[in-house]
Amino acid sequence: MRRQTNEEQEFNEESEISAAGVSEDPHAKRKAVIPGEIIVSGEDFLPGEGARREGNDIVSARFGLAEQAGRIVKVLAVTGAFIPRRNNVVIGRVTNITFRGWVVDIDSAADGFLPIEESPRFVNKNAMDQYLAIGDVIAAKIWSVGGKGIDLSLRGKGFGKLEGGFIFRVIPNRVPRIIGREGSMISLIKDKTGCGITVGQNGWIWINGPTIEAQVRARKAIEFVADKVFVEGLTEKVEEWFEKN
Amino acid sequence: MAKEHKRPDGRGLTELRPMTAKVGVIPNADGSAMFAFGNTVAIAAVYGPRQLHPQHMQDPASGVLRVNYDLLSFSVYDRKKPGPSRRSQEISKVTEWALSPVIDLAAFPSTVIDVQIYIIQADAGTRTAGINAASMALAHAGIPMRDLICSVAVGKQDKALVVDLTKEEEDFEEGEGATDFAVAKVANSDEFTLLQLDGKIQPEIVKEVTRIGAEACKKIYEVQKKALKEVIEK
Amino acid sequence: MASSNLTIETLKKMFAEGKRFDGRDLLEHRKLSVETEISNTAEGSARVRIGKTEVIVGVKMAMGEPYPDSPDRGNLTVSADLLPLASPRFEHGPPGFHAIELPRLVDRAIRESHVIELEKLVIKEGEKVWTVYIDVYPINDDGNLIDASTIGALLALKTAMVPELDKDGKIDYDKKATKKLPLAKDIIPICFTFYKLGNSLLLDPTREEEEACDVRVTFGLSNPKDYLINSCQKSGKTPFTQEEIDKIMDTLPKKYDEINEKLKKFL
Repeated sequence: MRRQTNEEQEFNEESEISAAGVSEDPHAKRKAVIPGEIIVSGEDFLPGEGARREGNDIVSARFGLAEQAGRIVKVLAVTGAFIPRRNNVVIGRVTNITFRGWVVDIDSAADGFLPIEESPRFVNKNAMDQYLAIGDVIAAKIWSVGGKGIDLSLRGKGFGKLEGGFIFRVIPNRVPRIIGREGSMISLIKDKTGCGITVGQNGWIWINGPTIEAQVRARKAIEFVADKVFVEGLTEKVEEWFEKN
Repeated sequence: MAKEHKRPDGRGLTELRPMTAKVGVIPNADGSAMFAFGNTVAIAAVYGPRQLHPQHMQDPASGVLRVNYDLLSFSVYDRKKPGPSRRSQEISKVTEWALSPVIDLAAFPSTVIDVQIYIIQADAGTRTAGINAASMALAHAGIPMRDLICSVAVGKQDKALVVDLTKEEEDFEEGEGATDFAVAKVANSDEFTLLQLDGKIQPEIVKEVTRIGAEACKKIYEVQKKALKEVIEK
Repeated sequence: MASSNLTIETLKKMFAEGKRFDGRDLLEHRKLSVETEISNTAEGSARVRIGKTEVIVGVKMAMGEPYPDSPDRGNLTVSADLLPLASPRFEHGPPGFHAIELPRLVDRAIRESHVIELEKLVIKEGEKVWTVYIDVYPINDDGNLIDASTIGALLALKTAMVPELDKDGKIDYDKKATKKLPLAKDIIPICFTFYKLGNSLLLDPTREEEEACDVRVTFGLSNPKDYLINSCQKSGKTPFTQEEIDKIMDTLPKKYDEINEKLKKFL
């Protein structure tokens, strides 16, 4: 099962993350809502993620931005901890090594586990830290979220051990804005800074670039985007930011 | 006659103290908020869903809500020794029960959502202020919730019913004395999630007290709502 | 997020070039803002913000017996509670070493400076004295808690009033306090904790920087005239070299003046 799906999937953070169910539709109407608040009334509307129907009303099931696109009304979370889902791209840090694989902190309620068979190259079972040592950082995909934990995979392009640069954290629910519509935002930041950037859906972001200045600039640009929850025309604002910074 | 009762701070009988609320006061937390009734100031932080240790406490069918309420040592005139007391443990638990009914814990099996409530300054109504802060902090943490929880103390001063007692009013001794009835309710329904009282009160009056509490909760809800929306619409 | 190997390496390179993520120089503090009298139940109180780090401190006073070896002096007790509210890295349960060390460092900086005139806090010699409690609570930990806590303790002391007593000699909080806590003029205890990563020294780290560092050393200074050092503690295994100690000593007076200047209007 898992082999098939993984072989088929290329590592493409933009398309994958937009496929995770978060749209950045520029024409959608948005407003701040709190849990239990009526967003719209009427039989014409359908509750999407983060919303539910109560009689004639569509009611918010969480705090966030209500978005009405066509008939679908949903509430996008803007804050909160990372909730792992299958096929999420995550960045994690090795915290332990067992005889079966690596325990990886992915900043969620359960540790990630990377089985030894998932290593893209041969690993000597007696010297597993030669491939991944404690404190090393990987980009991985979640291939299952179960009662016993979260299993990670490195199969696919772009996954594996990360070297150089640094990682930092943003609020995970801001990741879709950082990626942008079809990856437009992150591409803009990469172009302007010349840095390689991998965005984990757990909110951990890896930046590696030609100079310290470029890397710091890329981080600041991402933090600028992450801070703007409720801004229209964010792309223009980021372009302006790059003019000034 | 109840109508003749004068409150020491000049408030109307069903008038709350000035309320202040702010969301996002603790950047490290997944969600956080401050809520104040006059001089009573509570802050709350939410962490999680996160790993629950020890493992045997985990529930594979549901997440666990874990509330910790405490007073800062200098929040009261007689310094409180740091660390949990029986009182704070009981309030932690009733707060947990007050908040749980609106939280969709089934969405996070085997995990814990930690709610930390601390009272910075106490002038009665600390548990209710704490619940109001925690309810906002949980929403701010993006936790799926059916509704917000609002909480207030309704008191009896001799025969008069008043909302949101101060410490001075809690110590009222004339006539039938003071009764302090702390309630919490689901904001947009008539479900009560906290009921706790000390004093003397007749069953018929309790019916009235809960209704007065529900009216006060509407005002609290508006304050909570505004503070939460400000975070997004800043 | 605990530090990762690659972030540590990058920070090491950055610090070696004198650079930080937020653009500060290695020995530059973040924006410091303070508020005093934040609590009407405490005898004195303060809120200190350094960047995103926030600490609140309250001073309470209570009557008690003097210690047998100091019958003619009041008592001082410093506590710091690393509330699980303030950071995902603070957990419930028995205090870790950091939780034990923080109040001890604040205690020594305050106590050894002799800023509190404990000899003036005797109610009846050998029997009844005031105990001054300084209680420190981090609200948000984004690094440099030791220095922030000491500033908070200093300001809470500076605003503290001695409670009035009733005719039976008990504290009467209904009476307005009019007497300031007796403090030595011109003694201003301030801590400076230097962190080290690779060969670089830095002040006022963010939590991210703090977690990457190998070792730290805290100096408590108290005197704007000759910059007297009253307390010092190195925490961590990595050694400091002679050259580094010299550099720290050369830096301290300058930094002391800078922070003292910022606090002046509150003192």
